[in-house]
Order: sequence, then C-alpha cells, then structure tokens
Amino acid sequence: MAVIDHQAELSRAGANVHGWFGGLLFFARRYPLGAIGAIIMILFLATAIFAGSIARFDPFTTNARISLAPPGGEHILGADFMGRDVFARIVYGARISLAVSVGATALGCLIGVAIGLMSGFFGGWFDLLVQRVLDIMQSLPLLVMALVMAASLGPSLPNTIIAIAIPLVPTVARIIRSNTLSLREMPFVEAARAVGMSETRIAFIHVLPNTLAPLIVLATAQLGSAILVESALAFLGLGVPEPHPSWGRMLSESAAEYVRTAPWLVIFPGIAISAVVFGTNLFGDALRDLLDPRQRI
Amino acid sequence: MAAPQAILATGAERRPVAGAPAPEPVLEVENLQTVFYTRGGLVKAVDGVSFTLGRSETLAIVGESGCGKSVTALSLMRLVSDPGRVVGGSVKLDGRDLVGLDEAELRQIRGNDISMIFQEPMTSLNPVMTIGRQIGEALILHQHMSRKAAVARATEMLHLVGIPEPQQRVKEYPHQLSGGMRQRAMIAMALACNPKVLIADEPTSALDVTIQAQILELIAKLQRELGTAVILITHDLGVVAETAERVIVMYAGRKVEEATVGELFARPLHPYTRGLMNSIPRLALMRREAGPVVNRLAEIPGIVPALSNLPPGCTFAPRCTFADEACRAQYPAYAEKRERHWAACWHSDKLPGAAHD
Amino acid sequence: MTEAAPPPVLEVEGLSKHFPVRKGLLRRTVGHVYAVDQVSFTIGAGETLGLVGESGCGKTTVGRTIMRLIEPTAGAIRLDGHDVTRLGKSEMRPFRRQIQIIFQDPFSSLNPRKRAGDIVGEPLKVHGVLAAKARRERVAELFERVGLRKAQMDNFPHQFSGGQRQRIGVARALALNPRLIIGDEPVSALDVSIQAQVINLLMDLQRELKLSYLFISHNLAVVEHIAHRVAVMYLGRIVEYTDKTTLFTRPLHPYTEALLAAVPVPDPAIKRAKRVVQGDVPSPLKPPPGCHFHTRCPYAEARCRQEIPALREVEPGHHVACHLR
Repeated sequence: MAVIDHQAELSRAGANVHGWFGGLLFFARRYPLGAIGAIIMILFLATAIFAGSIARFDPFTTNARISLAPPGGEHILGADFMGRDVFARIVYGARISLAVSVGATALGCLIGVAIGLMSGFFGGWFDLLVQRVLDIMQSLPLLVMALVMAASLGPSLPNTIIAIAIPLVPTVARIIRSNTLSLREMPFVEAARAVGMSETRIAFIHVLPNTLAPLIVLATAQLGSAILVESALAFLGLGVPEPHPSWGRMLSESAAEYVRTAPWLVIFPGIAISAVVFGTNLFGDALRDLLDPRQRI
Repeated sequence: MAAPQAILATGAERRPVAGAPAPEPVLEVENLQTVFYTRGGLVKAVDGVSFTLGRSETLAIVGESGCGKSVTALSLMRLVSDPGRVVGGSVKLDGRDLVGLDEAELRQIRGNDISMIFQEPMTSLNPVMTIGRQIGEALILHQHMSRKAAVARATEMLHLVGIPEPQQRVKEYPHQLSGGMRQRAMIAMALACNPKVLIADEPTSALDVTIQAQILELIAKLQRELGTAVILITHDLGVVAETAERVIVMYAGRKVEEATVGELFARPLHPYTRGLMNSIPRLALMRREAGPVVNRLAEIPGIVPALSNLPPGCTFAPRCTFADEACRAQYPAYAEKRERHWAACWHSDKLPGAAHD
Repeated sequence: MTEAAPPPVLEVEGLSKHFPVRKGLLRRTVGHVYAVDQVSFTIGAGETLGLVGESGCGKTTVGRTIMRLIEPTAGAIRLDGHDVTRLGKSEMRPFRRQIQIIFQDPFSSLNPRKRAGDIVGEPLKVHGVLAAKARRERVAELFERVGLRKAQMDNFPHQFSGGQRQRIGVARALALNPRLIIGDEPVSALDVSIQAQVINLLMDLQRELKLSYLFISHNLAVVEHIAHRVAVMYLGRIVEYTDKTTLFTRPLHPYTEALLAAVPVPDPAIKRAKRVVQGDVPSPLKPPPGCHFHTRCPYAEARCRQEIPALREVEPGHHVACHLR
C-alpha cells in the first residue's frame, strides 16, 4: 500500500496538526468560507476598536460646504447631507453595530439560559407557565416584537439592545431547556444527588456547563441577525438615535431621498451591513460543521 | 411432585469434542486491511486478516472492544463508512471477489448472498415500517416477488423464527415487539433470501440471558435447516463455546489465534486467549468437578493500546507475562502450532497444556 | 452472648415502588407499574448481597430507591438501624455519607467537563469535610487505592479508558468512607479482561475496609464470584433469597433454574442437561396474575395462576416464593 495515499487522507482528516497555529491553518483549509467569515468578523472588530486611528475625520462634525460631496479626495467615501464624512461614520458605526449585536446577543442568551435552565431543571407548573409565555413570544414575528419594544421603551442605545435581545430569548431558552431535560437524567447528575448536593448547585455546577455547547453556534449566527434587526428598526425610526452613527439609520435616512442623487450614502452602509452579516453567517456555519459530533472530525 | 423435564439437571457430563473435517469453503478472506483516517493518525482497524468459512460452518470471531472484529464484519460487505476504508485484501464469496465489485453489484449481494444482523434490534429496524414490509423489502428487491407474495413469505419466515401469531405480527411495528421478538424479526429479515453467509455481530449482547439462550438456540436450528454459514462476532466466550465450531481470536486488529473450539478452550496457545479465559468468573455448575474455587480472578494487566499508536513488535507484549526481547523486537509469525491450530506467539510452547487445571 | 448484635448495615423491609401510568390529555392515572413489590433483605457489615434478574425485574429501581434517588411508595429502609425511609432532604444528608453508588456506564457517570480529581473530591466538598489541601491529599490517596496514578487527577474523563473511568467512579464512591456501596451493574459495560480488574479491586476494598455491597447485576457468574448472599428478582418481586453456594448448587425456584440453564458455559467440553425456557419477560405494565413466572414455567399448575406465592423460608436461610417447593 503506497504510503502517499494514506498521507493525503490523513491530512484531510486533521492528523499531523500541531499547535494552535496549525489548528487555525487546518480550519482555514477545511472550511475556506468559514475562514473568510472569520476574517470579516476580525476586521469588523478591529474597525470598531481602532475607529479613532482609522478615520481621519470626526463622524459628528458637520460641514455644510461639503454637503453631499461625492467620494474622492479627502472624503474617500463622500459626505452626507450634513457634510459629515461617510467613511468616518461607517467606521464609528461599526462600534454601534458591535455594541448592538454583541450586547443584544449576550443579553438574550443570558436571560434565555437562565429561563431555560430553571424551566428544564425544576419542571412542574413553573415550566408549564414559562413554556406558554415563550410560545406566545415566539408566535410573534421577531421584527414585530422588536418594534413594539422599541416603540414602548423609546429610542436609545440601551433600549435598542434590550428590544433586540428579548425576541432572542425563546429560541435560546428552548435549546437550553431541552438539553437540561436530557442532562437531568444522566448518571453523573444522579451521582451528585446521591452525594447530597442541593438541586441548585447541581443545576449550576453540573448541568449548565454541559448545555452551553450548541449555544455557541446559535450566538454566532445571531450576531448578524441583530444588526439586521437594528437596521430594520432604524428604518422605521426606532433604532439607535442621533447622534450615534448607525449603519441602519444611515441607510434609512438616505434610502428614500438620496438614492439617485447621492447613491454612495446608501451603497456604503449597505455594503457594511451585508458584509458583517455575511461574515457571521459563514463563520457560524463553519463552526456548526466543526462542532457537530457526527461529522468526521 | 413429578416434574416435567427439569430445566436444569444436576451435574454436567464431559463430551468429546471431535474436530469435524474442514468443509468446502464458501467465503475466503485474504489479507483484509481496513484503515481509519483520524485526527490522531492512521488507525489500522483490520491489519491483514485472513480466514476461510466453510459451507454451513459456524465461525466465531472473538475479542474485546477495539480489536477489529466488528470492522472486519463490516468490511466483508464493504459497509465501512467514512473515515474508514477497506484498503487491501480480497473477499471471495464462492470464488467471486467482492472487493473489486462496484456499488450496484455489491447491493445485489447484500441481503441476498450475505446478510448481517446487529446488536441493537431497536435501532436496526425502521420504526415507521411494519415488520412484514421490512422483511419483504429484501424479497422484493432480490427475488422480485410481488408485494403479496413477499408478505406471505415474510409470515412464513416469522413462523420459522418462532414468533407466535405471525399473521398478526407481520402487520405490526417494531415498537410493538419485545427485544427478543425484534431480534427474531431481524433474523427473519436476514434469512429471507436464504443467504449463503450470515454475519451476526453481537446478536445477543443486548438481550437478557434467558432470551439470549433462545436466540442462540434459534440460530443453531436455522443453520441446520437452511445450511447457512454463520460468522458469529462476540466478546462472550460462553457463547463461543456453545455455538461455534471454529474460533478466531483477534487483538489490536490482527488474528492472534485460530483453532477448532475444543482445541482452543483445551489448549490456548496465545497468552491473550489464555488470559481471557482465566479472567472470566465461572459458575460452580460449569467448573470441572474437582476444580478449585478461585478467590481472585486472573487479571490481564494494562489496557489495549491505542490503535493509532501500537507498540513495536508484538502488540500484546506490554501486557504479557511471557514477553521478552524477541517479542518486543518483532511481531510473532502466525504459525500452525498444532494440527489446525494457529497462533501468533513466540512462546506458545511455554503455555500450560490445558486451560484451567 | 448477652449483648444484642449490632443492627445490619442495611435492612430493607417490604419495599415497594409503584409508578402511576398516565394516559390521555388530562394525564389521568389508569393503572400502576409495580416496579418493586414488597422487597425485603438485609446486608451485614463486610458482606455482599447480589441482586440478580433480567430487564424489568426492578433491581435497578431497588438500588435507586434505597439511595432515595427515587421515593419509595411503601416499606422501610434502615441504615445501621436508623429508619431513613421518609427523611427530608437535610435530615437525609448525613446518612448519605454512609451509602454511595457506582453506576453502570463509565461514560455518562462522570461529568465530562470536570477534572477527575474534582469529580472524586466533590463528595468531600459537598459535606465540607476537609479543607482544600487536605481534600487534595485525600483524593490522591483514593486514586492510588483504586489503581490510578496521582498525576491523572488533573485529566478529564475523556482521557481515560472505560475501565479507568469506572475506577474513578469507585474512588468517588469511597471518598466519604461509606459503610455500604450500591453497585448498579458496575462491570457490565466493561470488557471482560477489565471486568476482572475491577471485580478484584472491589473485593480487595471490601476486605480492607469492611465494606458492604449491594451488587446489582444480570451476570450470574460475576455475582457468584463476588457475593455472599443472593436475591433473585422477577417482575418486581424477590423469588429466591439465600446464600451463594445454596443458590448456585441447589436452586429451588424455577426461574433461578432457568437463569442458570441459560448462561452459556465457556467450555465446549461440558454439556449440561438443560432446557431453554421459552417466552418473553412479560411487560411490567401487565404482569401475569398470581405467580408472575407462571406463563413461562414448565411446572406451572392452576394454583400458580391464581395465588401469589409468598416468600417463605423453606430451609434455614433459604427463602423461595413458589407454591411447588
């Protein structure tokens, strides 16, 4: 049997991978799309963090003289109707998008995990009640719920985050609950009970860490979704308010009026949103394939 | 109280175990090699295994987990899935090499000339199809029977495997049957087309011991009636002793011993086989009358080595009491030590004559 | 001797566990599954009681009920003479140090996200027995005792083999110095050669520490090797209860005979006169009336179909539940 044949297959399977860098390269080769997604997400993060160093202009400074300037020269992506540098607004907008996506996803997961864990672990009437409430929440479209919340809470960055987080809760709670239900019967949980551990401690120390794995993939996918929801909210005037540079609002403000006269005001925020959502989805897909225990690896 | 034939008469008698003459081969396996490509490296699950199976013969392949016995069985029918692959050797069924065939040709053989039954009857049966339909599938596919004829034959098969009220059962779903019944149904499915070879992979390991006895009795009866050759894969030496005519012992992907069943139990020539036999607790009823009461079971120290990281030389050497430099340097030759009794060991002659004196 | 003998480590009397069967949208109770039905036995210090039976016989439920992981429906459980049957959670807690359990599946009985040392040390932590450093030393001692290396304390379960994981389970059960360990099929999921190692370990520990075991298993040969006394269960009831030698050489109940007849002999040279008992184990949801075993018993008579046989002591120390003995 030629040794060469084995080697090709082995490399494909991930043998001969050394160190974390080797692991990264292997991931990139096996999931090229996922690698692209990961790169986009890293760029997104870097842009948000180093916004100050990347943008030459301040996103808030208005300059009536250069209102609606097309891309070129100093303002590489042009200027908006108030003369603010579009590039700077996109770059600083990354911060807002990051805050919204990470904040909403984290908050939604936190609440969802808490509810799902208690519901699954303690069962009984609490579980029944919670499940029906979640049923009601899930029967409303995500966008409608976010709208209602945003409208009732009023426009502000924290309120937007909450409004986007809440519709995420039922999905997370269901996943955590179903994992909890199956973990509850596992022998190692019984062993903890046999020792005399209290149910609460068992829930947090034994059950919780084992329920979180599927959440990673879900959360990654939700990052992109949160940005889209924010854009939709902004479109309806309910998103992050002035003066925060929000991609969604940039898009919505310009879409109706300026799409023909100053298309760059619509194109660039649109590209930014699309790129980030695309990137998170690609990465999320690859992550799910990687972590799926039934796959080869 | 006058009892009908007792379930268990006291005492046990010795019977001579004659080695039957080798029957004409129906299956010839030569140098079978199956590997798995894993993150940890190359795993040689089956490393050059050869054997022949005679018509109507029962051959047992025995070993513990990870020895490669199940993979061997799956390899015979090329059912090994990614990341595993059959990479070498030949499997000749009545002279025809199966390794070279393409999928379409192999599909005609599976279920028809070679059949397989598995350990877990619940997961091996489709929960949303009736028993009759599942048995009938093979009949319709390979023997081109009509739906009606297939159901009739399926009912016959259920009767043959001892399921009461077969006309009723043939319309039922797997969950309506008990574990023992499901296993019988699976046997019916496997034997529907009267295959030449039946591969039974741990057919009774998941069953209760009284049901196990029934199933083993059934397999033996069917084999006599239909003349099927059986490859029985198991880890249970008791099952081997009661049902097999010849035995192959596997360890870490290779054959380490092969003999007729009487020879193997009377004179194991490989330290692993001997270690296995000594480590099983035996019921008082089964011990030879003057046998000593064992206080401590003989242990085989250590654990099976990782298949991706086998030691050089004899793979059993790290756990063997007889191992020396020769063993660690080179894998022992597989040689015929006594008549029709092969072993791969440099020190077969050092093992005591009988297994448990 | 004038002083009273110390109470047995475990005494179980009339233990029963019934599960309601609920059907329909409103989950009405339509019947009961008598998973455990009037089970009684005692275990003394340093003694092993083997509890054997096939699936559905209730032996696992007995183990769990004694541990109060499942609540008994009726009967009494006494640990060292103290009645623990209906104690509340906090009252039960100190008794949990006396009785521990080893599970069947070495893979799911250990939390995959905790280190082996933490798993074994957890009982100590829960009962606040030792300070952190002392705890670590005790865990190291337990590791060595069960045949593992101290250095392996920081590994995760998936880094161990099946047999090693079972040893971790044994170490965890030993942590609080219990008087009784319930082994729920502790070696059934292990390879034969590893079974021998763990069985030897359990027997060594019993000698050293005067441990008592309730050894639940379907493997008769293993039970004969390790137990002092044996109880055979069928569909929730004990059908025979006696010392090991008597049970395995002079069984009286037809079901015990059937079990012994069914066990395959690992010696082709020995042929036993035996008969394979036919029929399936009846479903616990619809147990046969009278003696549960009458549907499969070759000796069954009319009385067996109508009347439940009581567990009677037919010879000293030998209890059988059969009308015909």
